[in-house]
Amino acid sequence: MTDNQSEDAARGRDDLPATPESTQLEVVEVRDGMFGAEDSGDTSGYGRLRRTIALPGPSSRPYGGWFDDVADSLEAGLGDLATSVPDGHPIEKVVVDRGEITFYVRRKHLRAVAQLLRDDPALRFEFCSGVSGVHYPGETGRELHAVYHLLSMTHNRRIRLEVAAPDADPHIPSVVPVYPTADWHERETYDFFGIIFDGHPALTRIQMPDDWPGHPQRKDYPLGGISVEYKGATIPPPDERRSYR
Amino acid sequence: MSDPYATTTESSAGTVYTVTGQDWDTVVAGVSQGDEEHVVVNMGPQHPSTHGVLRLILELDGETVTDLRCGVGYLHTGIEKNMEFRTWTQGVTFCTRMDYVAPLFNEAVYVMGVEKLLEIEDDIPEKALVMRVLLMELNRIASHLVAIATGGMEIGALTVMTIGFREREMVLDLFETITGLRMNHAFIRPGGVAQDLPDGTLDQVRDFVKIMRKRLPEYAALCNANPIFKGRLVGTGYLDRAGCLALGASGPILRATGYPWDLRRDQPYWGYEDYDFDVVTWDSSDAYGRFRIRLQEMWESLRIIEQCADRLDGLEGAPVVVADKKIAWPAQLSVGEDGQGNSAEHIKHIMGESMEALIHHFKLVTEGFRVPPGQAYSAIESPRGELACHVVSDGGTRPFRAHFRDPSFVNLQCMSVMAEGGMVADVVVVVASIDPVLGGVDR
Repeated sequence: MTDNQSEDAARGRDDLPATPESTQLEVVEVRDGMFGAEDSGDTSGYGRLRRTIALPGPSSRPYGGWFDDVADSLEAGLGDLATSVPDGHPIEKVVVDRGEITFYVRRKHLRAVAQLLRDDPALRFEFCSGVSGVHYPGETGRELHAVYHLLSMTHNRRIRLEVAAPDADPHIPSVVPVYPTADWHERETYDFFGIIFDGHPALTRIQMPDDWPGHPQRKDYPLGGISVEYKGATIPPPDERRSYR
Repeated sequence: MSDPYATTTESSAGTVYTVTGQDWDTVVAGVSQGDEEHVVVNMGPQHPSTHGVLRLILELDGETVTDLRCGVGYLHTGIEKNMEFRTWTQGVTFCTRMDYVAPLFNEAVYVMGVEKLLEIEDDIPEKALVMRVLLMELNRIASHLVAIATGGMEIGALTVMTIGFREREMVLDLFETITGLRMNHAFIRPGGVAQDLPDGTLDQVRDFVKIMRKRLPEYAALCNANPIFKGRLVGTGYLDRAGCLALGASGPILRATGYPWDLRRDQPYWGYEDYDFDVVTWDSSDAYGRFRIRLQEMWESLRIIEQCADRLDGLEGAPVVVADKKIAWPAQLSVGEDGQGNSAEHIKHIMGESMEALIHHFKLVTEGFRVPPGQAYSAIESPRGELACHVVSDGGTRPFRAHFRDPSFVNLQCMSVMAEGGMVADVVVVVASIDPVLGGVDR
């Protein structure tokens, strides 16, 4: 250990920017190689590279600023729900990253949490900005995520809720009864990811035609496209090209 | 011989008339036969008064709309999916095409998300930020002009349309000077902007402000107290504040309820806190209020543009991209003989002087930069309301996911609430007052 490092350790590294962030990372995928080519032998020399894809992991208290106020009010509001449920706390984990806070909510409690966030005077997230889906094919058992962006105009705060569902059982309760604006957002997320929002008044496709097969924004759905010939050379469509990843 | 495109078929719900253009006679004859006044009309997706490829399904009882549903998706082009297959920088080229009336806002919100992920928000040079604000405010004027112009056209006020597009043309000329293109600019890039201002731009901007200050009163004189205009707009498309919050409506629709919510002031970004401007509100919650807000917001944008021009005076020669060479685009463009191209000095440098510079250029342009894993949400005040971008990175050179919360998409959900119970002619006014851009709705 060099002098500098031991000094850092002695000072608790408080000369570094304060990061209440992730103490650990969540590995969602492991990838090989570098150029995304799997169709031919490795001529790049990078074929044995292994890289783990890790997203920021759970944070611990204090989260910093008003994040703690929101977490406290949420905790207090959930009350019995938090203690009486046998299969875990409604809030799975909290991630503070890049100045934004994300509450990972267990899916069966989503509507109760949303209702509380909207109605509690100390929370008052009266505006749901949107719902977006994300597909993490490498995260076994929690492949499909629905991400809710909430805004409190009263307190001028933004938080994010994230709910995960396995691909085999892609059901998430709808928040339309709490936030009517989520109607089209959930339809879009269903259309693109195949997440079924239970309790949605009319869960139909919104962007793709009604009889479209598959859910286009999933990672296992190809981008499509045809190869183009130019001056004798053939250029494959974007999703079949070699690319850095 | 009967028109093969205007047929009549029987269905379980009643007779179905296909109407194309002027052949309403069969419908009128058919409806007047029975004593039922109840008709379902499919308006659009190709209809001059739906503001784009929007399909409205109206259930009419006489001339009253009893039910209204929107059909969207006709302009879906998979922009979000496509962005997952290009580098972070190339993503700008795709998302600028979403809301094509306000392209610079699309670029801005995406770039803000990427910069949040890279954690370089504080490193963006001031000149780049001022230029972004200048471009966005010019774009806000152009977008509001289109809203007012097409809205006017749809209720028959053709002069409003011609003068609206006349003024918008001046903004597009400015865009052409600054970015090289009238739309789909791909000018705001992660780390800064693509190019410095060409010489003489600020004079052109000031001339524009001067002309606009003369021309904007024309709109007020034409419309504000016009009895026909007011007759069509006042009280039409009513949506109160609780309805706005429940349905997620933002922008002029929310501000027309008297609530001064403007992200430029409430959650300032890119230096908006240092500009002097007012948030415009109206308290009538109707189409007329939204029109007045758009009109007044153009005045406020002119104020911001003037302040930008004054700041840019003092920033001549200042950098327009982040200093980090691992992110900043390696080449500067210059206007060549054909009006485009890389700067000759840069080509000379990488091709003739420095192999390392060539490697750097090649790596950055083909591979792109890597963005640390995580997710970010960025939101800005677009002419139509809260435009936001949720970007997720897996640490790679391409977005893992980019999702856009387009205000047109969300605001269009208010259609049913605003138009049901009103007259069928008011549907057109309601669409115009929401001002959806279908490219943004469908992405």
